[in-house]
Amino acid sequence: MTKSELIARLAERLGERNSQLVFKDAELAVKTILDAMASSLSQGQRIEIRGFGSFDLNYRPPRVGRNPKSGSSVSVPEKYVPHFKAGKELRERVDGALIPDEEVQY
Amino acid sequence: MTLTKAELADLLFDRVGLNKREAKDTVETFFEEIRTALESGDAVKLSGFGNFQLRDKPQRPGRNPKTGEEIPITARRVVTFHASQKLKGMVEQFHAND
Repeated sequence: MTKSELIARLAERLGERNSQLVFKDAELAVKTILDAMASSLSQGQRIEIRGFGSFDLNYRPPRVGRNPKSGSSVSVPEKYVPHFKAGKELRERVDGALIPDEEVQY
Repeated sequence: MTLTKAELADLLFDRVGLNKREAKDTVETFFEEIRTALESGDAVKLSGFGNFQLRDKPQRPGRNPKTGEEIPITARRVVTFHASQKLKGMVEQFHAND
């Protein structure tokens, strides 16, 4: 599923309940949510979505790396990288889908 | 200090002009649609943010760290997230001490 498919599904789902919410709103809503999540992380603020998961920053200490082409050493400064941990509901639904015969309780 | 569904709903109220009920509903549905796609085995690619992918992991031997007893860790499907270059670039600029 791509971002545009997500927008279309969101518009469809919400349109059923409320005709006011049209495609343009769904498009702006998805953009607003993703922008807020990205800017939150880039300010060092974690994200916690119950039943979905959490996004944190992981620290990477400075290290001496190598340019694979020339073999010369380069210092790589410390940095932070985004990290996602799936929440319980997402974990169970995704794992349960692997064994379709098994009854899965949420 | 943590971004949650409540803050996201407030943003939709402020910036998209949805009423409180629609905003809450939209945030819930946004994450539910992603869960549904992943549950059905479909990876989710959100350009500019990142990709949620699925990995099937085979059974492997494990151990109860308390008792030392050997118990197999069953085969499972897990979700992994790969941040886009754009998000990685934004986050790299963050320095805890600034």
